[in-house]
Amino acid sequence: MAILLTKTTKVVVQGITGREGSMRAKFMRRLGTNVVAGVTPGRGGEEVDGIPVYNTVKDAVKNHGLFDVSVTFIPGTGLKDAVMEALDADIKWIVMPVERVPLYDILEMVAYGKQKGAMLLGPGSIGVNTPGIGALGWLGGSVEFAHNHFLPGHVGVISRSGGQSGTLPYVIAQAGFGVSTVLHVGTEPVTGMSFSDILPLFQEDPDTDVMAIFGEMGGSHEEEAAQLVKSGKFTKPVIIYVSGAWAPAGMKFSHASAIVERGSGSTQDKITRLREAGIIVVDNPNEIPARLHELKGLGKLRVK
Amino acid sequence: MARLNEYEGKALFKVAKMPIPQGDVARTPDEARKIAEKIGKPVVIKVQIWTGGRGKAGGVKFADTPEEAEKMAALLLGATIKGYLVEKVLVEEKLAIDKEYYAGIIVNAQADARCPVVMFSTEGGMDIESVPADKIAMMNVDVIRGFKIYDALNLANKVKVPSKHIAPVARLILGLYETFKNYGARLIEINPMVVTVDGKVLAGDCRISIDDSSVIRHPELGIEVAREASTPPTELDKIAWWVEEKDLRGTCYFAEMNNEIKGEVFGTIGYHGMGGGGAMLGVDGLNKQGLRVPDFADTSGNPPASKVYRAAKLVFSQKGIDGYMLGGFMAANQEQWHHAHGVVKALREELPKRPGFPVLLLLAGNKEKESLEILREGTKDLDARIRIYGGERVYDTVGLAAEMKEMVLEYRKEKRG
Repeated sequence: MAILLTKTTKVVVQGITGREGSMRAKFMRRLGTNVVAGVTPGRGGEEVDGIPVYNTVKDAVKNHGLFDVSVTFIPGTGLKDAVMEALDADIKWIVMPVERVPLYDILEMVAYGKQKGAMLLGPGSIGVNTPGIGALGWLGGSVEFAHNHFLPGHVGVISRSGGQSGTLPYVIAQAGFGVSTVLHVGTEPVTGMSFSDILPLFQEDPDTDVMAIFGEMGGSHEEEAAQLVKSGKFTKPVIIYVSGAWAPAGMKFSHASAIVERGSGSTQDKITRLREAGIIVVDNPNEIPARLHELKGLGKLRVK
Repeated sequence: MARLNEYEGKALFKVAKMPIPQGDVARTPDEARKIAEKIGKPVVIKVQIWTGGRGKAGGVKFADTPEEAEKMAALLLGATIKGYLVEKVLVEEKLAIDKEYYAGIIVNAQADARCPVVMFSTEGGMDIESVPADKIAMMNVDVIRGFKIYDALNLANKVKVPSKHIAPVARLILGLYETFKNYGARLIEINPMVVTVDGKVLAGDCRISIDDSSVIRHPELGIEVAREASTPPTELDKIAWWVEEKDLRGTCYFAEMNNEIKGEVFGTIGYHGMGGGGAMLGVDGLNKQGLRVPDFADTSGNPPASKVYRAAKLVFSQKGIDGYMLGGFMAANQEQWHHAHGVVKALREELPKRPGFPVLLLLAGNKEKESLEILREGTKDLDARIRIYGGERVYDTVGLAAEMKEMVLEYRKEKRG
């Protein structure tokens, strides 16, 4: 999906000298992402995999001009400051593969991002992968795995689960289809981008014919997506699975966002609303390939 | 735990200079008597457990004298109320109540909000969800601008709090917001906010849940297990948290849960899931086959084999399980051989104690071939029902659960016979 990531999208990696940061910067580069610079305070002047490191984002901008994207590999309690720094350097698209972020910090950075007109993916998102173009974060796992199982095609993928954002492309590839772009919204209780922020981007994307979505209980992503489809703002076919039909209320399921609270966010309620909006809801994600074949039969999904 | 008891929450209110009733927490009847003596007036004694509706459940008693307070505390301490063992009671001055209000703050994660919502109502003392929406004043807070005293005044004004009470009410709402922000709460409530017959405004009760990821900034809260749950942590939950805290590489999540399923139950499966989403998928599949799942476990984010091993051991430590499932319902980004090594070690320790035990292992994704080989080699000499699958079954939750059920039925018959 050219809207979010192209061959020329200029990327800076904050926290590039850390264990995750350095490993994932290399991974992104091998997949084709245009990683131009990295930032770690106190490590300015060094290089990671040939990528120059600066002490501040401002310094990186001085040397390379404005960046399109920052990917932040920063521990949870330090994330807010890093994101504010990126926003102050006029970066409009920030990918945050970071978990365990204090909630009030998330609220503050998301509010500041909104003020600045920026898009924040996550926190707790393992990122974005556009086969044939590149990746932001670590979606795709290893270069070998990404090449074999993330094949270019016309199914847009969004997931609330990191593991499933790798599994849906795998299953779609096994079924003989490919993916346009895959995004993981993030596992934190509040995220900067919801299904309803991402779907309009896919609506505009000529490479995307249909959507495959992995939803879960808790939060309001699915309800908002249903609303968007119902109001006619998203018109491509959507296939969705929502997990957690059995989940007891008030208990968290390792995803901080997967909690049914105050009488809202139950799987059953989500499914009802999605079906009312005309969205295809499957009882098990292994039904997704069959639904894709049906859409192909109806002329709604290209293969090549 | 991320939820605080009333007395702990009120201690935070005190820090924020919010008026609370005079009182203290007691662990013995003798302590309760001393607190009542100090207060020197009739008192109320409230059990300190994680549940609302304590009054109706018999967890709130009144006493006119210190001796009576001691007696009432003796009745409550050690009792079990709504499934919780009572270990502490809060002894407080009995308030002469004129009116009961409500104040609360939650986080609204919806796309058009993503902010704290401050709520205030003059209909306090009951469950806020049963109060009609038009009786609740609400404000979405712009966290960059902050929450101001006049915001609190406007909320109180909107639901017609009388002028003589509006200033102290607003100060309490402001204090509530400060506490919410300073301690990283996910939810905070004063219910009821009490207006006494002599015109004082105090926090009569409080409920606070701290956001799990904010706990690290507040060691002073003494939170044992920073994980949201509706019930206090079990012994195994505490061990799991210890494993997680000691090694931040990847995730080891384990929580015992009350998994109620409809229809006939054919067995109980110790469940070791992988990835939050994938782990949930597996539970769904097992439940559909009439298999109960007593725990939710998730090892993911590339944990080392030692952490996976400990998770597997926790799963096996549950009483009354009829099988073990490694539910790798995801094509993992992580290199799966760490999982293979960790699980093999646990199985080699556990299976000799349980001949014929049903075991189903699913691992898919990065380094799948090598990982499946490790599982096969490592378990081939064990006397158990072991089935091992890879990527071709990654979403076959129902089919794999059906195989699990078949093995469990055989195993249970064999044990009986």
